[in-house]
Amino acid sequence: MTGYHLAELNIGTARAPTDSPEMAGFMAGIIPVNALADTALGFVWRLQDGDGPGATALRPCGPDVMVNMSVWQDLESLRDFVYRNGPHLDFMRRRRSWFHPMAVPYLVLWWVPAGHIPGLDEALSRLDLLRNEGPGPRAFTFRDPYPPPVPAAEAAR
Amino acid sequence: MTEISVIAALEDPVRRRLYDYVAAQGGGVSRTEAAAATGIGRTLAAFHLDRLAEAGLVEVTFARPAGRSGPGAGRPAKLYRRAMTEHQVSVPPRDYRAAAELLAEVVDVTGAEPELQRAARSRGAAAGRAARQRSPALPDDVLVTGALAAHGYQPYRDGGEVRLRNCPFHLLADRHPPLICGMNLALLEGLLSGAAVTGLSARLDPRPEECCVVLEESKNNDD
Repeated sequence: MTGYHLAELNIGTARAPTDSPEMAGFMAGIIPVNALADTALGFVWRLQDGDGPGATALRPCGPDVMVNMSVWQDLESLRDFVYRNGPHLDFMRRRRSWFHPMAVPYLVLWWVPAGHIPGLDEALSRLDLLRNEGPGPRAFTFRDPYPPPVPAAEAAR
Repeated sequence: MTEISVIAALEDPVRRRLYDYVAAQGGGVSRTEAAAATGIGRTLAAFHLDRLAEAGLVEVTFARPAGRSGPGAGRPAKLYRRAMTEHQVSVPPRDYRAAAELLAEVVDVTGAEPELQRAARSRGAAAGRAARQRSPALPDDVLVTGALAAHGYQPYRDGGEVRLRNCPFHLLADRHPPLICGMNLALLEGLLSGAAVTGLSARLDPRPEECCVVLEESKNNDD
């Protein structure tokens, strides 16, 4: 236990409105995939709203941009869910039929004190940080991860 | 040890057979098991297994035989299992891995995954058709496991499924999982359709240290 949890934000520009036939596979898949996340080892929290499955109705980055945000106990538990869970990996494999590719980073990871639930402002500023400065201890990616901060008391020892 | 001397450790045909056997098993293998499986004496097997361990091609663990513990259970047996490190030698020097990394990054950024999956499916289908033409009368599952083994997947039966012990694209799949696992799934779907195999279907079901794809008996199989 490090006293820190891992937060994740992932955004995507949808190819079509959520009620269109193009997005039907995504909208049908999001509920069971979210249910898998809720019971996954190391899952702590995920962003939800009242108007659609998961956070699909929240649009803080523009009308077509969907967001997904969650908190996990550590990097490995998130990685296990994202890349080593069959149904989730299969969902990701199909993401290009639902979301436009992006030439800039669209997924950011950062450490939060255990118990802290990040807000969207915090998450989007971490994504900006990653986009502007590249991976670092305050905003990173699966491919370039950084360890959790060392608590001040421990660092002073 | 240099990459070349690691590969050279496999030059001896007996040692190579032992390595192939150990690599194809899921867990640790004892000297006795390896000797029996390759038809050589236990002492000779022990000698070659230890050479493989020195070269880093297999890892050594110690474990008591299942079901025995406490005093009187005997000494723990020395077990050998495939090492996860990979070795590559190319003469003259080539670096396809770096090129593959770059191409994968570009496919990620440009969103060309559907095209990659299409290309993979047709490449798999060509391999499947070729396998079928070579052995038209072979039963489906023998044909498929033969073709998978030839492509380095190290297939094995697990109940009604064919699981794949080795991922031929391991490093790349580790860096770009949805991209490479999706490509791999398309390759294997293509292989099945090219070989006209209807009793098996491919789906993503990653397991630690194995390939992300599993072949399962199709539910609508009516033969």
